[in-house]
Amino acid sequence: MTAYETVIGLEVHAELATASKMFCGCPNEFGEEPNTNICPVCLGLPGSLPVLNEKAVEYALRVAEALHLHVPAESVFSRKNYFYPDMPKNYQTSQYDLPITCDGWLDVDGARIGVTRAHLEEDTGKSSHMGGATGRIHDADFSLVDYNRAGVPLLEIVSEPDIRSADQAKRYVEELRAALLAIGVSDVKMEEGSMRVDANVSVRPSGSNELGTRAEIKNLNSLRSLVHAIDYEAERQRGLVKGGESVVQETRHWDEAGGRTISGRSKEEAHDYRYFPEPDLVPVAPTEEMRAQVRASMPELPSEQRARLVRDWGIREEDARVIVAVPGLVTYAERAVAALKTGTAKDIANWVRQDVLAYLNETGLSPAVLSAEMLAELVDLVAAGTISRNQAKDVLDESLREEKWPRDIVEAKGLAQVSDESALAAAVDAFFAANAGFVDEYRAADDKAQKKKRGFAMGELMKSLQGKGNAQVLNKLLDERLS
Amino acid sequence: MADRITRAEVEHVAKLARLALSDDELAALTGELGAILDYAAEVSALDTHDVTPTAHPLPLVNVFRPDVARAGVPRDEVLAAAPAAEDDKFRVPRILGEAP
Amino acid sequence: MSAREIAADVRAGRRKARDVLEEHLARVDAREADVHAFNLVLADAARAAADAVDRGENVGPLAGVPVALKDNMCTRGIATTCSSRILEGWRPPYDATVVERLRAAGAVVVGKTNLDEFAMGSSTENSAFGPTRNPHDLALVPGGSSGGSAAAVAAGFAPLALGSDTGGSIRQPAALCGVVGAKPTYGAVSRYGLIAFASSLDQIGPFAANVDDAALLLETIWGHDPCDSTSIAGSRASLGSGADVNGLRVGLIQEMIGSEGLEPAVRDAVRAAADALGAAGAKVDTVSLPSTQYGIAAYYLIAPAEASSNLARYDGVRYGLRVDGEDVSRMNAATRDAGFGREVKRRIMLGTYALSAGYYDAYYGQAQRVRTLIIRDFERAYEQFDVLLAPTSPTVAFEIGAKTADPLAMYLCDVCTVPVNLTGHPGMSVPFGTDAAGLPIGVQVIAPALGEPVMFRVARAIEEASP
Repeated sequence: MTAYETVIGLEVHAELATASKMFCGCPNEFGEEPNTNICPVCLGLPGSLPVLNEKAVEYALRVAEALHLHVPAESVFSRKNYFYPDMPKNYQTSQYDLPITCDGWLDVDGARIGVTRAHLEEDTGKSSHMGGATGRIHDADFSLVDYNRAGVPLLEIVSEPDIRSADQAKRYVEELRAALLAIGVSDVKMEEGSMRVDANVSVRPSGSNELGTRAEIKNLNSLRSLVHAIDYEAERQRGLVKGGESVVQETRHWDEAGGRTISGRSKEEAHDYRYFPEPDLVPVAPTEEMRAQVRASMPELPSEQRARLVRDWGIREEDARVIVAVPGLVTYAERAVAALKTGTAKDIANWVRQDVLAYLNETGLSPAVLSAEMLAELVDLVAAGTISRNQAKDVLDESLREEKWPRDIVEAKGLAQVSDESALAAAVDAFFAANAGFVDEYRAADDKAQKKKRGFAMGELMKSLQGKGNAQVLNKLLDERLS
Repeated sequence: MADRITRAEVEHVAKLARLALSDDELAALTGELGAILDYAAEVSALDTHDVTPTAHPLPLVNVFRPDVARAGVPRDEVLAAAPAAEDDKFRVPRILGEAP
Repeated sequence: MSAREIAADVRAGRRKARDVLEEHLARVDAREADVHAFNLVLADAARAAADAVDRGENVGPLAGVPVALKDNMCTRGIATTCSSRILEGWRPPYDATVVERLRAAGAVVVGKTNLDEFAMGSSTENSAFGPTRNPHDLALVPGGSSGGSAAAVAAGFAPLALGSDTGGSIRQPAALCGVVGAKPTYGAVSRYGLIAFASSLDQIGPFAANVDDAALLLETIWGHDPCDSTSIAGSRASLGSGADVNGLRVGLIQEMIGSEGLEPAVRDAVRAAADALGAAGAKVDTVSLPSTQYGIAAYYLIAPAEASSNLARYDGVRYGLRVDGEDVSRMNAATRDAGFGREVKRRIMLGTYALSAGYYDAYYGQAQRVRTLIIRDFERAYEQFDVLLAPTSPTVAFEIGAKTADPLAMYLCDVCTVPVNLTGHPGMSVPFGTDAAGLPIGVQVIAPALGEPVMFRVARAIEEASP
C-alpha cells in the first residue's frame, strides 16, 4: 500500500503599506468611498503613463534582507495581458522573467522553506457581483466595479514546494507575517485583504523526487481556511491517485460553507498572458547604496530577536517565539530588563510570557501602554525575598490593572515577607521551645511521618509569623535543626 | 506558399484579443496576416544568437517617484464618461469566469 | 508669415493674436471642406485663448501662434478620438503635457487634426471619419498617420502643428505635403497624454512651413516630464541656429537610396540635396547599413505587439463606445469589433499573435534582437559620419485608394523612416523640390541620439539650397 506525501507551495500577495499607489500618487487607503481614489494613471485612461513608487522598491529590498533573497543587478517590469473588468488596462504591470528578488528562504520551526522569488506588481480593482442570491459570480446578473484598489502596490512572494503539511503551511504564513510586520512593509491582515494566500497542492508517493500534478487553491480568507483546504485537497488528490485517476492541473476555489474545493475551470481557454517587457517603465538596478540604506533602516528581524533572547536571557525557543510574535512585547520586556536591579532577565521573560501576556490577551491592550519599570520592581521584590512567587502573582495582577507600583501594593497590604534569617531563627527557636520533643520524634519517625511533622512545623511557624515567613529560609533553618 | 497561419489560429487569436470577427473578416484576415507574417518572418534570416533584445531604446534605469499622496480625479467627471454606471461604480454585464 | 515672426509681433504688440487667428480661420473656412484636415475646429476656444494672450496672459515664445494638434493628444474637456469610433465623443479629464506646455507658451490651439485610426497607417485613409486630402492635389493622400496636421500646415490653416511619429508618421506626411516634419530623439518630448500606439517607438514632434519654425515648436515642448518614466532628464534644449555645414561628414544610406521601390524623382532629389551639401562644404559619402533592410519586418512585429497590448483597454467598460453583450467578454468583443477599423484590427491580431505562446521567440523576441542589430549599424555609421541622409518616402503623394487593397504595399511606404524609430534617434524631413507633376519631395536628415542641433543645421542648409 503506497504512502503518499503532500507537497505544498504557497503564493502570498502582500499589499505594501506605502502612502500612495504603485504607479501614481493616488492615496493607498483601505475602505474609501468607491471610485474616489482614482486618476488617469490607475484608471488606465488613454494617454496615461506609470511612474514607479520608490518606497515600493525600498520595501521589496527590505523583504530581500528578511528572506535572504538575492537581488539581481537589473530587474524589469512586464505586462501580463488578459481581459478582466477589474483591470483598467486589461494588462497587469507585474514582473516576469527578471524579478527584483529571487532565491531566498524562511526558517520555520527549524525547517528551511525556500522562497523562489518576491516581485512587485499592481493590484486590480474590485468587482461586486449583483442580482444573484449569493453575491458570487456564478448566479450574478451583472457586476459593479470599484477601481480604488487598482494600482495598489503588491509584493508577490512565492515559496518553493518545500512545505509538507497543512500545519507547516500555517506556520510558514505566520512566520512570514511576523517578518513582514517586523520590517514594517505591510500590515498583512488577511481579513482586510492586505495579505492573500493561494496554495499549490500536489501529492506523490513518499520518497519520490518528482512533483505530482498540482492544483491551485484560491479564496483562502483565514489561516483556518488554509489548513482545512489543504487537508481537504490533499485527501481528494490521494483518493484520485489511489483510484488510478489523474489529478487535473487547474485552479480550485475553497468553499468555506461546504468545506471543499471546487473546480474553477470554465469553458474559456487557458490564459496565454503574452508577457513582454513593459515599455513604459525603465529597468530597476538596485545600487549598493540603496541596499546599504535599506539595511541601515531595517528593524531587527523576528528570527534575529528570537535568537538573541534565547542566547542572552536563557529562555526556551518556544517562549521566545511567543514573546517576539506580539508587536511591542519585546520592547516592553527589554525595558523591564534594563530597569532590573537584582532580578534576572529570565524571570522577566517568564512573567511576560505567562501573566503579562494573559492580561494583554484578556484586555486587548497593547504592551506599549504598560509600565515596564513596574514589572522590573516586582521581579526585584521576589528576588530579594520580600514577597513569594505566589504573592507576586496577585501583586502583579493588581499592578497591571490599577497601574500601581508593586512596592506600594506590598506596603499597603502588609504583604512583605519576613526573610531576615535571625528573625526567622528566633521564630524557629520559639517553636522548638514550645514543642520540646519535636526534634527527637522527627528523627525517629519514618519518611511518611516526617513529612507530616514537617508540614505541621511549617504551618505553626507561618501562623506565628502571620503567614509572612519566607518559606525558603524557614525550610533551610528547619533542615539545619532537624538533620 | 504554405499556410503561415491557419483559420483556426486566427480564430484563437481573435478570442485572445476579444474581437468578434465576422466570417468574412476571419477569412480575409487569414490571408492578410499570412502574407504579412511571411514578410515579417524574414527577421529569422538574421543570426542573432549573441544579440540581446532591445526593449528600451534609452539607457535609463531607476526612474522613481517619491511616495507622496495627492488627490485624484473627481469621481463625477470619471463616471460621467462611463457607458454604464450604478451606485458610483462601473456597471458591466455578467462576468463568467473568476479572475486568473 | 512664419511662426517666429508672428510670435515676435504679438509679443511686441505689433499685431493682435486675435487678428492672426481670424486670418487663419478664414483660410480654414475657405478650404477645410475640401481638405478635411480637422476632426474638430476649435474656433470659439481659440478665440478665447487669443483674447487672453492679447490681455497679456501667457505671452511666451509662441504667443498668438495658431497650432493644430493631432487628435491622439489629450485635450481636457475636448473630444479626443484618435479618429476611431471606439473613442467617439470621449473627453479626457486631463491635458497632455505637450498641450500644457503649448498653452503656457501662449500658443492658440485651433483644432484637433485627422489621423489614421490610432496612428496606424501611412495615408490617413484609415480614419473612421473619412480621409484627409493633400492640399497640393485633392485626389492624393497627404500621407499618414499625421496627415491632418501636415495638411493643416501645407494649406496654411496654422503655421505650426504637432504630430506623432512611430514608424514615420510625421516625416512621411511632411514629405508628401511639402512641409518640414521632425521626430525628436526618443524620450526628448513627453508622451504623457499621447494616446499610445507603440510605446517604445512613439514620439511627438513638430510640423512647420520652415526649419526654424519647427525648431521653435520643438524647443517649446522639449524636456523632462516626471509623469513619463521614459522621458530624458534635462531641460529644454536650444536647437541652435545657422546652416554652416562646412566640414560636416554626411553619409547617404546606400540601402535606402538604392532601393527598388524608389521613384526616380525622389532619388534625384536626394542626390541633388547631397550635392548641395557638398557644395556648401560638407564631406558627403555613401554608407551601408545592411540591417535596415529588415527594418519593416522588425517594425511590423514590434509595433503591432505593443499596440495589441496598448489597445486592450478599449473594451466598453469605462469610457467610449459600448455594444452590449450577454456577458462582459461578449460585450468586449462586440464593442471592439464595431469600434475598431480594419487596419487596427489587423495590427491587433498581428501583435497578439507575435506575442503568443510558442511564437514569442520567433517573432517578437527575434524582432527585438534585430532591432539591436539595426542600432549597431547606425552606431557604426556614426563613427564615420555626423549625420545621415536618405529619402523620406520612396514615392511622392499617391492617389487616394491606390494602396488600400494590399496592406503590405502600404507598409512599404515606411521603409526609409522605420529604422530611425527602432533606434530612438532623431530624424526629420525637409522639402526639396517637386517632381515633374509638381508634387513635393522630402529629404530625410538623420542624426545620433540628442543630435538635434546638428540635424537642424543640416536641415537649414538643405532648405536654403532647395529649388
